[in-house]
Amino acid sequence: MSGLAEIWVYLAQEPLAALTATLLAWLAAVRLHHWCGRHPLANPVLIAVALLAGGLLASGVAYRDYFAGAQFVHFLLGPATVALAVPLHRQFALVRQSAVAAVASVVLGGAFAAAAGVAIALALGAAPEVTASLAPRSVTTPVAMGLNALATALLLPLLWALFAG
Amino acid sequence: MIPAITALLTCQLAGEVLARALGLPVPGPVIGMVLLFVLLLLRGREAPTGLGATADGLLNNLGLLFVPAGVGVVLHLPLLARDWAPLSLAVLAGTLAAIAATGRIAQALLRRRQG
Repeated sequence: MSGLAEIWVYLAQEPLAALTATLLAWLAAVRLHHWCGRHPLANPVLIAVALLAGGLLASGVAYRDYFAGAQFVHFLLGPATVALAVPLHRQFALVRQSAVAAVASVVLGGAFAAAAGVAIALALGAAPEVTASLAPRSVTTPVAMGLNALATALLLPLLWALFAG
Repeated sequence: MIPAITALLTCQLAGEVLARALGLPVPGPVIGMVLLFVLLLLRGREAPTGLGATADGLLNNLGLLFVPAGVGVVLHLPLLARDWAPLSLAVLAGTLAAIAATGRIAQALLRRRQG
């Protein structure tokens, strides 16, 4: 029995287990997404989050301990945001042709998305912090997470994943 | 691959430093993206193939990067249980309405430019 406990202590201290679980859940989710004919409701982010959240709840592992390992995947959001410059540069000729229309519609559409989300949540009587977390929803998730307080931002990826397809 | 990762991290680091030094309300990685974009423009040619491959590799698996934060939903289950109805409606209806509104605005602006 002491052997099992030692293994558990090792797994809890190293990032290996959380990282492996995250990648396994992601691969399973991607496979499921393909099996479902890439249906938007079988969103891989949603499935992977559900698998891992269920695993944490079932095993009693604290989210903070899981995140201590999974933060290495989380960290890549920063470089990935910077990397968006590459496709933007690739498409720049196209983007420039319609720059005014693109910028104006993205700004107006983004403002509309924020207002619509907040208005619906307010009308249905959601808690203020929930309502506030809906405002930056239309910004891409890495940006929204920088804008939002961490506590509310943690909700966003899941909700966003639910409906962004 | 290593030069590409170094370039991405350098831009992100410069972005974080700039955001803090100037007190900008913009996340550091976003400033880093602008920096990299300007550098690519100044270069005047296609992005180096290594950088292109690394960027595509990261962006093709973007969903994976949201998973650790998404699992944080376990910290907010009581809140979700309480406000699930307004949340789902705001996200679903709000997103559909925003897609429609953005598309309409873009169509109108593009048509006016052509016409």
